[in-house]
Amino acid sequence: MSKDTQLDLWEVFIQAKVGGNHVHAGSVHASDGKMALQNARDIYTRRNEGSSIWVVPSDCIVASTLSDTEMFFDPSADKIYRHPTFYVLPEGAKQI
Amino acid sequence: MDVLIAGTSFQDKIDHDINIEPKDVMPDEYRTHLIRQISQHAHSEVIGMQPEGNWITRAPSLRAKQILLAKIQDEGGHGLYLYSAAETLGISRDEMIRQLHEGKARYSNIFNYPALTWADIGAIGWLVDGAAIVNQVSLQKTSYGPYARAMVRICKEESFHQRQGYEIMAHMMDGTADQKQMAQDAVNRWWWPALMMFGPHDSDSPHSGAAFRWKIKNKSNDELRRKFIDKTVPQAEVIGLRIPDPDLKWNEMKQSYDHGKINWEEFRQVINGNGPCNRQRMQHHVKYHEEGRWVREAAEAYKNRLKQSN
Amino acid sequence: MTRQDALFNYVLKLGDQSLVYGHRMSEWCSKAPMLEEDLALTNIALDYIGRARAFLSYAAELEGKSRSEDDLAYKRGEREFYNNLMVELPIGDFAFTMARQFLLSSYEYFLFTGLAQSKDEKLAAIANKVIKEVRYHWTHSRDWLMRLGLGTSVSHEKLQRAIDELWIYTDELFETGPEDQLLKSAGIVFNMDEIKTVWTELVHSILKEIDITIPETTFSQTGSRLGIHTEHLGHLLAEMQYLVRAYPEARW
Repeated sequence: MSKDTQLDLWEVFIQAKVGGNHVHAGSVHASDGKMALQNARDIYTRRNEGSSIWVVPSDCIVASTLSDTEMFFDPSADKIYRHPTFYVLPEGAKQI
Repeated sequence: MDVLIAGTSFQDKIDHDINIEPKDVMPDEYRTHLIRQISQHAHSEVIGMQPEGNWITRAPSLRAKQILLAKIQDEGGHGLYLYSAAETLGISRDEMIRQLHEGKARYSNIFNYPALTWADIGAIGWLVDGAAIVNQVSLQKTSYGPYARAMVRICKEESFHQRQGYEIMAHMMDGTADQKQMAQDAVNRWWWPALMMFGPHDSDSPHSGAAFRWKIKNKSNDELRRKFIDKTVPQAEVIGLRIPDPDLKWNEMKQSYDHGKINWEEFRQVINGNGPCNRQRMQHHVKYHEEGRWVREAAEAYKNRLKQSN
Repeated sequence: MTRQDALFNYVLKLGDQSLVYGHRMSEWCSKAPMLEEDLALTNIALDYIGRARAFLSYAAELEGKSRSEDDLAYKRGEREFYNNLMVELPIGDFAFTMARQFLLSSYEYFLFTGLAQSKDEKLAAIANKVIKEVRYHWTHSRDWLMRLGLGTSVSHEKLQRAIDELWIYTDELFETGPEDQLLKSAGIVFNMDEIKTVWTELVHSILKEIDITIPETTFSQTGSRLGIHTEHLGHLLAEMQYLVRAYPEARW
């Protein structure tokens, strides 16, 4: 069988409503950016799910690995002073 | 080493219902099992477009035409979500299609049966999608993250498929004598193949052991089949359709239906390539894959041209 | 002919155009070069079938003879359809389909931009909705024309052949008759000569960019305004209408 290609892999991020975050929806195959964008539109917004789309070539994504997990994320677990609920406020103080 | 750093082994995660993700360490057998199952599932969605596609141009109303087209399009989309899920395991779509064409990968047996009349479109939606949904709902909890997430999306979208099929059946059972006869005939032909979709009985199922241990599957073939029968029989009764199984009986003790003997010889024949449409389905897929080759090559060439001009 | 009759004919023609073309595009289902494109082509087909329903139900309303959109779609013969010949031609290969989509969408873009300003409110409302779809179809087909035109020698050759085959059907898109005159004077439809001018300019510029030559023809195919079609339409309708015709008593 001769060589074939299903074109390149792209990751699709959809913003559901204007002002919201773009959230990963899945991937598509496409040879260029325009095609990736249109394919994403035709596949991931068939039910009116989108107001904006980003597409990124999959091989451009740099991801943390499993072995990074502890050193990346555990050190932030004890920094509870970053959260507003850490602070004790005097009775009666409002709008703070 | 990775396993030690993360502190949790593969089986620990499985046992604690923590999803396995693409970059996690996993046994080769788990990966192989998933690739086989997910690609088969993806191929089924794609090949499944053919029997229904056969009726798009003959749909008897514009509304029916829209619905059918949208439904088949969804199936293509579901195939695509599943191919993507399989790709995260390190197999390309190219390779999966090659395996399909070489007969190394399978697709659901049910699509080797022909869609002969418009009532078959109703029966496929009601019975075939109905059976598929039972299976897919249980797969939403499967242990491999990308597969589980694809199933969640698919189940959400599939919810209208079974309804549209049932609506067609109900409408025909409310129609002329010809229409009623057509509807019953379709049920007669699709009922048993739909039951076979759940696979061999638990006692004869070769892959079940590992699939359960790894929580790829969480319900057995027979459990799922029973669930399907129990919900479908009353739906048939509501619209006056007969289930073509003289041995079908409500079992008060089990609170479930007992069904007649499934013809596993037919199942084996169809799986081994001797169903009414095996050759036709594969020829169609190969033909259009080949006919599309020059288009994909043009797209690649255009991409390279863009790169050079930048 | 009254203005009401003229409007009925006009809207019916728009309905037939969408119906027949939507039918053709739906034939691509499970046959596209990529799974992604399969979904794209189906989306286009769905847009046209949706549009056909909008125009045909409006036509039925204008006619006032209690025919439904489905009656108009399923119970007229091949001499009673008024779609342009171009849209009933078989789908051919992917180059033919994209070339036709591009020629058609370019035409529809100008046509519906005009109709969005129509004095007939309902027609204007449908046109306003349709124009968004048309812009997407145009972009999609234009981008594919770029890829095919500038891709490989094979794709370029196939695209050239497609344009050669299609070109004799382009003039018919712009034909008008006496009833269009009536609607034009009422501000319901607009000048087709102007649309033809901008269409020609647009199409020529894109095709030039991808090195596709426009054939020199002196003769164009025509007939749809009189319900005279290619042989292809009869087969299309036979397939589309078969169930409804075979079981006249049944409702679906």
